[in-house]
Amino acid sequence: MADQATIDTVQSQAGERYKYGFVTDIESVKAPKGLNADIVRYISAKKNEPAWMLEWRLQSFERWLAMREPDWAKLNYPRIDYQDAYYYSEPKAKPKLESLDEVDPKLLETYKKLGIPLTEQKLLAGVAVDAVFDSVSVATTFKGKLAEAGVIFCPISEALQKHPDLVRKYLGTVVPNTDNFFATLNSAVFSDGSFVYVPPGVRCPMELSTYFRINEAQTGQFERTLIIADKGSYVSYLEGCTAPMRDENQLHAAVVELVALEDAEIKYSTVQNWYPGDENGKGGIFNFVTKRGDCRGARSRISWTQVETGSAITWKYPSCILRGDHSVGEFYSIAIANNFQQADTGTKMVHLGRNTSSRIISKGISAGRAQNTYRGLVSAHARAENARNYTQCDSLLIGNRCGAHTVPYVEARNPTVQFEHEATTSKISDDQLFYCLSRGIPAEEAVTLIVNGFCREVLQHLPMEFAVEAQKLIGVSLEGSVG
Amino acid sequence: MMLDIRDLHANAGNKAILKGLTLSIAPGQVHAIMGPNGSGKSTLSHVLAGKPGYEVTGGTVTWQGRDLLSMPAEERAAAGIFLAMQYPVEIPGVTTINFLRAAVNAQARLRGEKEPDAVTFLRRVKEEREKLNMSDEMVKRPVNVGFSGGEKKRNEVLQMAILKPALAILDETDSGLDIDALKVVAGGINALRAPDRSFLMITHYQRLLDYIAPDFVHVLAAGRIVTSGGPELARRLEAEGYDGIVKVA
Ligand SMILES: Nc1ncnc2c1ncn2[C@@H]1O[C@H](COP(=O)(O)OP(=O)(O)O)[C@@H](O)[C@H]1O
Ligand SMILES: [Mg+2]
Repeated sequence: MADQATIDTVQSQAGERYKYGFVTDIESVKAPKGLNADIVRYISAKKNEPAWMLEWRLQSFERWLAMREPDWAKLNYPRIDYQDAYYYSEPKAKPKLESLDEVDPKLLETYKKLGIPLTEQKLLAGVAVDAVFDSVSVATTFKGKLAEAGVIFCPISEALQKHPDLVRKYLGTVVPNTDNFFATLNSAVFSDGSFVYVPPGVRCPMELSTYFRINEAQTGQFERTLIIADKGSYVSYLEGCTAPMRDENQLHAAVVELVALEDAEIKYSTVQNWYPGDENGKGGIFNFVTKRGDCRGARSRISWTQVETGSAITWKYPSCILRGDHSVGEFYSIAIANNFQQADTGTKMVHLGRNTSSRIISKGISAGRAQNTYRGLVSAHARAENARNYTQCDSLLIGNRCGAHTVPYVEARNPTVQFEHEATTSKISDDQLFYCLSRGIPAEEAVTLIVNGFCREVLQHLPMEFAVEAQKLIGVSLEGSVG
Repeated sequence: MMLDIRDLHANAGNKAILKGLTLSIAPGQVHAIMGPNGSGKSTLSHVLAGKPGYEVTGGTVTWQGRDLLSMPAEERAAAGIFLAMQYPVEIPGVTTINFLRAAVNAQARLRGEKEPDAVTFLRRVKEEREKLNMSDEMVKRPVNVGFSGGEKKRNEVLQMAILKPALAILDETDSGLDIDALKVVAGGINALRAPDRSFLMITHYQRLLDYIAPDFVHVLAAGRIVTSGGPELARRLEAEGYDGIVKVA
């Protein structure tokens, strides 16, 4: 149960701006505080996992103990005490997955506040939703319709029960459990997340969507998402995230793995709106995420689109391994950092196959005292004949106390490779602002309008209903940026 | 009076630009301000529209009985003042149609009115852009980005037509237009003439006034109105040049 002190703290904060900053008072079951092999076993037992899964977790944990937290990013944050957090929390009234009627009404109320499409109306919009509340997947809608198409879309905990072989075949093959400090930690303690499998030749009949919500205080969230698009299939997946406002920092370390086999296409869109902290830099989510897609088959295609407006710290590089010949990787990103937020985000495009191509469009917006870094790697291995990359990195500064940084790394080991890189840095000019004012558009709205214009190329890649939400979010996250 | 400017003094960058300017405009009137380069014409338009960066050091401006100078720029717009700029600004990624929608809605909100629905709005844009010979494609392009000088001016007039101001200040809307474009733009402006709408047309040349007949012509020099008259004053200026007239005054 969210303790009263926490609720009071949260309520006493000037909670106007971050509309998702409420706490839902639901009883929960938590693992004891701290992290050790027993906690890993506890989590695995809670989920009734197969032995190999526990084995993999424990191996990850051992490995993690020997790893060091990376420090190469342009991020400044206090040391994280990994023993001072809960690694597992689930709502006590254990939600049944079969029917929405059986879900705790308080949870549904939370989702309503979040505007999560669990309702009938959204059925019309054709969105299937998996909602992860703290550590547990609460409800997955529209299973029937998806099952007809042969698509599996369920919590990964459920996939481990019902489709263990599929999970075992692909889990950790894109992001191995030795990959990096945060991914290895996730491999040890991941709580839940989504699993998607699209069979050969199937075009997934609806957008799939997951909402992640951190509710409990002092709880880390470690989801793990695994999406497999089998030969010639297509899937579009959306992910949204929110968290209550708290003056402590909370850790979020997710892993997302995508596998696209021959001729398959995966489109993965994120609107990340974790609590960013207040205007003095207090509180907020530490978001250390490893997202990677493997274009494993020839002519496969993976496209990442992200709108990152939340979190106090963002450390995130959704990447593509272009293994299959003629495969295509794309990264479209909007990263907004306001007040004291720090974002270090970008992508890696690793060209392994022949005639592979990639495209990177990054729009970074900095306001307040925020620091926003684009960090990108484009590499071509010796076999990657005719690899192509186009990178465009645009930074927009609002005010003069913030910073924008672009750190591109390029490695080409094949002489036929063509990589292009363009970068611009601009400011919202006084003339632009006045032009809007003179038409009756107030300053904050003008900034939102101009920033949305700056981001247009990326917003266009979001599914329609997400694009609308993202545009509003851009406005909200820039509040107070002009004075 | 609709607009009453009395003994207005204003600085830009610590330099005195307007030095005692007095001018009154009644509803429905068309006033033309002419003057040599650097005489303070754009400065006057900016001060009236509320552009930051100018310091009013003396005088008053009353707009429909209110103290205009104390109103923020966006409120002036909502209260019916529109400035067609000499150098319209580019806003990458924001289409003209979205920009106009934002402006119309923001003004409605500031006035406490209901925002017009999308269908009505789009119909109006279509009507007005057709009068100005503007294609649909043009209003779907980002505001002024890659527009020629003439296209930018036309876009200003389109915005004016949609926003239907009570006072339109046109700062050299004619410059950069070829004769055909000038006729179209002048036609658009004439179509907006109404008993409750006034115009303050700033121009360097008499040319525009061949198409839009002003009620009054004023000559601005060194930050003040040095002489005023009817349309014949514009013709005299064209014939004699500013030098003669400014000196005589
Ligand atoms: N921000 C500024 N700082 C200093 N001088 C300025 C500034 N803006 C305009 N001026 C000067 O004020 C004078 C009038 O400018 P302006 O109003 O643009 O004239 P006009 O539109 O009549 O050509 C010019 O000499 C110009 O250089
Ligand atoms: Mg001028």
